[in-house]
Amino acid sequence: MAVAPSEFPPPFDPADYVVPPTDPPEERLEAGIVIVGGGPAGLACANRIMQRLADEPELAEALGEIPVAVLEKGKVCGAHNVSGANMRPSAMRELFPDLDESEWPVYQKVEKDAVYLLTKRHAIPLKPPPPNFRNHGNYITSVSKLSRWLAEKAEEAGAYILTETVADKLIVEDRIVRGVRSGDKGRGRDGEELSNFEPGSDLIAKATVLAEGTIGHLTQCAVQYFGIEGDPPRWEIGVKEIWEVPKPLDRVIHTMNWPLRKSPKYNEFGGGFIYPMGEDKLCIGFVVGLDTTDATFSCHDALQQLKTHPFIRKILEGGKRVGWGAKTIPSGGYWSMPRKLAVPGMVMAGDCVSMVNVPYLKGIHYAMHAGIYAADAIVDALKEDPESVNFSAYEEKVRNSVIEKDLYKARNVRQYGDKGFFAFGAIANAWLLSGGVLPPGHKRTEPDADVEVFEGNARDSYPEPDGEYIFDKLSSVYLSGNATRDDAPNHVRVQQRVPREVALSWVSMCPAQVYEIPEDQLESNSPVVDVHVTASNCVQCGAITAKGGRFTPPEGGDGPLYQET
Amino acid sequence: MKICCLVKEVPDAAVQKRIDPETKRLDRSGEKNLNPFDTHALEEAMQIREGGAVQVDEIVAVTMGPESAQRALHKAVALGADRSVHLTDPALAGSDVNATGYALAQVLKAEQPDLVLLGQQSDDGECYTIGAVVADHLQMPSLTQVINIEVADGKLVCERQAEYGYDTVEVELPAVISVGDAINEPRYPSLKAIMGAKKKPLDTKAAADVGIDPSQVGEEGSKTRVLAINPPPAKEPGEIIEDEDTNETVEKIVAWLEERKLI
Amino acid sequence: MAGILVYALHDDEGNFNKNSLGAISEAARLAGEIGGEAAALVVGDVSDDAAASLGNYGAKRVFRAKSVPEGLAQPIVDAMAKVIKDEGFNYALFGGGLLGFEIGAGLTARLNAGVTMEVTAVKAQDGKLVAERPVLQDSAVVDVGYVSDPGIIIGRLNAWSPQETGGGAAEVVDVDVELSPWSTKARMVKRGEQRGADVNIEDADILVGGGRGLGDKDAFKLVEDLAEVLGGAVAATRAVVDAGWYPYSAQIGQTGKTVAPRLYLACGISGAIQHKVGMQNSENIVAINKDPNAPIFEFCDLGIVGDLHKIVPKLTEAIKAKKG
Repeated sequence: MAVAPSEFPPPFDPADYVVPPTDPPEERLEAGIVIVGGGPAGLACANRIMQRLADEPELAEALGEIPVAVLEKGKVCGAHNVSGANMRPSAMRELFPDLDESEWPVYQKVEKDAVYLLTKRHAIPLKPPPPNFRNHGNYITSVSKLSRWLAEKAEEAGAYILTETVADKLIVEDRIVRGVRSGDKGRGRDGEELSNFEPGSDLIAKATVLAEGTIGHLTQCAVQYFGIEGDPPRWEIGVKEIWEVPKPLDRVIHTMNWPLRKSPKYNEFGGGFIYPMGEDKLCIGFVVGLDTTDATFSCHDALQQLKTHPFIRKILEGGKRVGWGAKTIPSGGYWSMPRKLAVPGMVMAGDCVSMVNVPYLKGIHYAMHAGIYAADAIVDALKEDPESVNFSAYEEKVRNSVIEKDLYKARNVRQYGDKGFFAFGAIANAWLLSGGVLPPGHKRTEPDADVEVFEGNARDSYPEPDGEYIFDKLSSVYLSGNATRDDAPNHVRVQQRVPREVALSWVSMCPAQVYEIPEDQLESNSPVVDVHVTASNCVQCGAITAKGGRFTPPEGGDGPLYQET
Repeated sequence: MKICCLVKEVPDAAVQKRIDPETKRLDRSGEKNLNPFDTHALEEAMQIREGGAVQVDEIVAVTMGPESAQRALHKAVALGADRSVHLTDPALAGSDVNATGYALAQVLKAEQPDLVLLGQQSDDGECYTIGAVVADHLQMPSLTQVINIEVADGKLVCERQAEYGYDTVEVELPAVISVGDAINEPRYPSLKAIMGAKKKPLDTKAAADVGIDPSQVGEEGSKTRVLAINPPPAKEPGEIIEDEDTNETVEKIVAWLEERKLI
Repeated sequence: MAGILVYALHDDEGNFNKNSLGAISEAARLAGEIGGEAAALVVGDVSDDAAASLGNYGAKRVFRAKSVPEGLAQPIVDAMAKVIKDEGFNYALFGGGLLGFEIGAGLTARLNAGVTMEVTAVKAQDGKLVAERPVLQDSAVVDVGYVSDPGIIIGRLNAWSPQETGGGAAEVVDVDVELSPWSTKARMVKRGEQRGADVNIEDADILVGGGRGLGDKDAFKLVEDLAEVLGGAVAATRAVVDAGWYPYSAQIGQTGKTVAPRLYLACGISGAIQHKVGMQNSENIVAINKDPNAPIFEFCDLGIVGDLHKIVPKLTEAIKAKKG
């Protein structure tokens, strides 16, 4: 039996999140420019605005007491960020041209690259590594660390970073974006108001920048409202661990194939990565598409399985796990970007509008470039006319930049991932050799949730947790620093009673064990089951939105407190 | 009435903590947050103000700590304090419990509060003691483990948890009260309060500004020394019984419990 | 006289607190190693016999401050400070417990001393005492030494058990204590009120915890019955509270409460880390679980692999019979 999760859409209406102002005018808060999201895109934007304002005293005055407010739902900027990452230096250089790279929040420059084709027992080096895996000249960093650093810089420059604050709704009047409404705090499990209930507030601004990252809550609602959708967005999921190791790693490693299965029947597209983090740490992760068909496939467990490979064991020998994180990566690429990136009063930048080059695994520098373009476009427009809501110059900048160029070249690659390992390999080669001209046309992306799932046997290969080398999901959630209160309102929207296969796919997909099927229903093989949601486990990776449910913003401050993921 | 709330910045509970092998003290380089117990103290101050039984002219947040402790003060102000005082001085680094209490008492003397509120323990190990230390230096009455406060005519009627149950104690003002987390449910700061926090007055004071004798504080002034850090004593692995004959198993359990005087 | 002065807490009926007795025993042991005497201080109207009986636990002398009220910290700070100064004690020892913390802390300020709290063990080193205390959720233990006299040591709850040393009756010495002006500003209105209904699980001596392994809400009755015969309270894991089988006030674990009772009996609890951090400091951990691989078996003192639905009712009966 195979079923598509999209046949069971969640009880969710994006129109609920695009609203006129709620508070009376005298109670509305004001800021000059509001940026939703304290990640690389949002913080590059904040930093750039403050740099420009230093030379534009009149505009600075017009923007008021709080020229720039960055809203970040995590406890601090970086708390909810997970990445690889091998960052291209171009954006850091553009944002901080006078800063020596020795001051960058990075671990090291990439010296050596290696790609291995794994089989169950062997690791076959691919020499030379395919061009999309060549990272020489890039910098190994952690987006979590990078965001903390960018936030510090932005605050020093005078931006207001409002942490533990969710942008819950987009405020729109006469089809012009006027700001955002922050989320409520102090609701109970069923949404009821607790004794310390604090309602959100309307925050009105001259310009709004959505830099929400992969989940893109308001972005998706806005795109639908303004009717500017591109192809449906899709995602991969990545799970990553940080290890302290006695033996430093001397190269950036990417792995292909095992433990993924080659047959197109399973549609398992992805691979592993191992990056050094200085002398005494490294990170190891696994990334897989969320359009896999085996409902028992679990990325977290596939990562655990990856670690059992003898080649990997040697690298991790004598080490100790000190971190864990999980998050989705937007994989729709060029065609999934909205048809417009700017609407009256608002621009959108970074992962939330699919600015990720999946074959090259690059997104951070695009996000930062976009943040810089957004800042420049907004400052230029407001400088001429402080009441302007036309930021279309932003769109021009993006379309004339590396973002457009690189993403266009990679536009038709990922979509062929469902052809299986070998066919995909051939297509990927054609793409690389043709410099992006092939494959031709517009290969439309399909939503992950449209893919039919069936109960396969991926789980049979997963190793048993031992608490020392192989870990279960719950202890991993603990390690992420997730201390969400247990009676927090349930922010996950899914249908509560679905076919077994769909429920299983959610259980397996989720790296944090949020979804559970009652044991008796699991054992009795009932075709339709209840889904129990433990929302407080959620590490806010966003996978459920890909797979037929919907992630809505939880209370600000909830979720993980990632340090170096 | 003037209320001073003592607050402290502590490593976030969710961050894995470690001891710095060099200094043998808690490695405080990770994320920091306002001590959750202190939010209860701030909430109590707000409830006393809002309760109307007495006029509260000012709620002042006070902290002693490095520069980063300002964040705790911003948070305290977002939660309702009218202004804050930051005691910071390199001479204070490494102060033990008594030195810290003495330093805080000096700052408080300058403020002349009617009531000092603080959380009774903090997430980084110091527990139930600072309030009593501060009170003795200030020569004020003090109580800890307080879970309810009523104010009336210059006096407090407090309920507090003790060994044998709940005590009701009357305390004359000025006083130092350490509150437990059962006392109230702290409010969430409104976005308006968070955005306005940086604008509220924040006074920075050095040790000399409040008459702190440097020989009484810092590493030098501390009367305890950490001599060593050791791994915890290896716990003996427990005894495991497989239940085959339940009657027999139960007998074994009862015997085990009796042996340890648990029944 | 060099030595260790221990504060001995008692209730309104004159019964001494178990932790205070433990502290006296420990002081006697330590005094034996570094030289000097172990002595106790009591306040309030304590009979001669009761005071002298502290000699059984190793106190050589018992200082009694009759006029000082029991139950409030600051007057007792006055009493202890006086005796320590007059007699030259090098250390003050408190046997855990809420009042002990308060008194120890006030005493620290009064005598400008060093203090260590949550102490789990004390050792003698070169004629001085070194206190050991756990830090970082018990993942390390630090040794703390004192730079000057006196040193104040506040023990963790249940750190020391009372040991009768057969020392014979202690000498009872009455002392007059002048109370500081601020010590008279707090007045006990009502002491030791029991609030039966909502037993705070953090205070319970014995806890019986229920987890997923119970199977359903009704099975909690088994846990409640066992708790009742043991004279303890009921605790619950996050999973069962989430499922609505038991109220949040009983939850132990990551965002629930942390407990350290003398006995924690876990029924159908796997021992995942979120729960473990809330109860791992319990003195005695007994676990009943049908899964031999449950993590709790790695850190319990007694583990039973079996069906709790069979074992727990029988255990309840057996304990009821024993208690008679």
